[in-house]
Amino acid sequence: MLSIKNLHASVEDKAILKGLDLEVKAGEVHAIMGPNGSGKSTLGNVLAGREAYEVTEGEVLLDGSDLLALSPEDRAREGVFLAFQYPIEIPGVSNINFLKTALSEIRAYKGLPPMEARDFLKKVKEKQQLVEFDAKLANRSLNEGFSGGEKKRNEIFQLAMLEPKLAILDETDSGLDIDALRIVARGVNQLRADNNAFILITHYQRLLEYIVPDFVHVLYNGRIVRSGTKELALELEEKGYDWIKETVDA
Amino acid sequence: MLDEAATDTMITQISDSLYTHLIKTYDGNLPSAGLHSLDEIRTQAFERFKSMGFPTVKQEDWKYTNVQPLIGQRYSLDTEMPSGTPALDKALIPKLDAHRIVLVNGRYSSELSTDEEIPGLQIMPIEQAFDRLCFAKYFAAYADKTDNPFVALNTASFTSGLFIEVGKSRQLQKPIHIIHVAATDKPLFTQTRNLYVMGAFAEAEIIESFITEDGAEHNLNNQVSEIVLRENAKLQHYYLQVAGPQSNYLNHTEVHQEKHSLYNNYNCSFPGAAFVRNNINVQMGDSEVESHLYGIALTAGNQLVDNHTIVDHIKPHCESYEWYKNITQDTSTAVFNGKIFVRLDAQKTNAFQQNNNMLIGEKSAIYTKPQLEIFADDVKCSHGCTIGQFDNEALFYLRARGISEAQARVLLVHAFAFDVTSRFLNAAVREYVEHLVEEGL
Repeated sequence: MLSIKNLHASVEDKAILKGLDLEVKAGEVHAIMGPNGSGKSTLGNVLAGREAYEVTEGEVLLDGSDLLALSPEDRAREGVFLAFQYPIEIPGVSNINFLKTALSEIRAYKGLPPMEARDFLKKVKEKQQLVEFDAKLANRSLNEGFSGGEKKRNEIFQLAMLEPKLAILDETDSGLDIDALRIVARGVNQLRADNNAFILITHYQRLLEYIVPDFVHVLYNGRIVRSGTKELALELEEKGYDWIKETVDA
Repeated sequence: MLDEAATDTMITQISDSLYTHLIKTYDGNLPSAGLHSLDEIRTQAFERFKSMGFPTVKQEDWKYTNVQPLIGQRYSLDTEMPSGTPALDKALIPKLDAHRIVLVNGRYSSELSTDEEIPGLQIMPIEQAFDRLCFAKYFAAYADKTDNPFVALNTASFTSGLFIEVGKSRQLQKPIHIIHVAATDKPLFTQTRNLYVMGAFAEAEIIESFITEDGAEHNLNNQVSEIVLRENAKLQHYYLQVAGPQSNYLNHTEVHQEKHSLYNNYNCSFPGAAFVRNNINVQMGDSEVESHLYGIALTAGNQLVDNHTIVDHIKPHCESYEWYKNITQDTSTAVFNGKIFVRLDAQKTNAFQQNNNMLIGEKSAIYTKPQLEIFADDVKCSHGCTIGQFDNEALFYLRARGISEAQARVLLVHAFAFDVTSRFLNAAVREYVEHLVEEGL
């Protein structure tokens, strides 16, 4: 589904990603771990198309076609979803209206007619229950006055509504208490399917107790320096990132 | 033969500047209805206008709003009805059920207006109201106390306009929709004078739309509206500026409120009219008066929209609430000047003012000046002012969900305008304005 080859990216002329390779197949969950400043969030932002991130080398293919050539909205329409580390508050834009607009633009891109209002509301209700998102929050302005946990849960609700092929969760676990983490994880597990894939960007192993990954990668200094299965995460937890730094730098 | 030529010159020959043209036309020859008192008011007003002249950018109130290019042009002063019937579709508000009044170049059109008897409601061309008691009482009573030279000029030489009186305790079931049409095949200067009197305990809603007929020539419209609310009266008043680029407006609205009355003004300008200057002055003439002034200006092209407001707290226990939003695109300019006076007697005043601006066009400009002058000591007054641009983080967030950049901008401007549009009591007007915001981007 996703094929990243030799990806180099920089922000304000500072090189962050320095030759990253990653293959993600449909049905898989990949966790990307790494110390602060290793380039984890940069990867998410580059894939979503944030302007400040400049790709200097390498390629990213989504189902064989060049993802980097697309605008952020076209990437989303092709099925890429970034759950933001810091979701933005937009007072005055209702959550529901926002989702309706997003869904109808994605559908129009695929040549589908807009959803009937009734079907849309049915879907909203169904997905709210699936990811345990409070109906009262869904009707409010987008993230306005939401707690950190509520914002993260809204990201998962949006993910459920938009049904992307590839979801990238950028430190969705950060700032969540254990109950919120469980709810978010349960939501993601419900959404896992044979035709979609997840990339979990996280600093801690904690999330991976709830969402069990097929692969764990360690990102350090802009490259994936180690890949393995979920046991790698446990090893990391035990030995700390210094262990990686030492082995790589040596 | 000679005489005829002279008269002809008077009407159609156009002088180099509007000022000389006006002086030549009206000095010693002001319009008269044969009423001594009115003639007297007009003569005095004309003298005031002559001594003040047109304003220049050297005057604080006109610093960012240069009228010189407008008054340096040639105009006809002849506001006779144009031939043919102007189309009104540009002013139509979906789902609005209202009494419709149409003024073409300031003149009341009985043909285009809905003609129905409504108990307690008097609507007529202003020239038919000269002998009314409340005309004598309120005409030029407040607006002419200001130092706006365009008011003096209007008082002296207006030729048409609208008179509305809502009788005591009358509550109108339907809004009154006034459509001002600019329709002319020659450059035209119009002067319209309106007087709206709300009787005690009366309640009404007045919606005014400004439109330009397709293919109309350049026009400059100097309109003065005087509004009086008697005790306990309530008026919801909407201005919807949707005219074309040929049209230019100097609108002065002077509101005088008596005890326990409520006046709400919703002032909206959209891309189109090249030049719009609104003066909206609210005089809270007695205690326990409440006023709300909401404004939204979405500008484009090379437009200038200038809103000058004054809220004058004269007596105690009054409440005013003002919120204006400007969104400027391209090379347009928006000006906001909000003056609030809290006089010595006006204890327990509650005055709020907020002005938020969003600069979209890199070459657009916003000039904003909140001005509070407080002479009483037991009052609650607050004001705030912000200037910003599109929030790129918010834009990216929306785009990352599949929303196009254009649609994301629409959503964000909607959101920006929401504080103001959400206050519109009339749902049909609110929906219409939200639609115009979307269209205007």
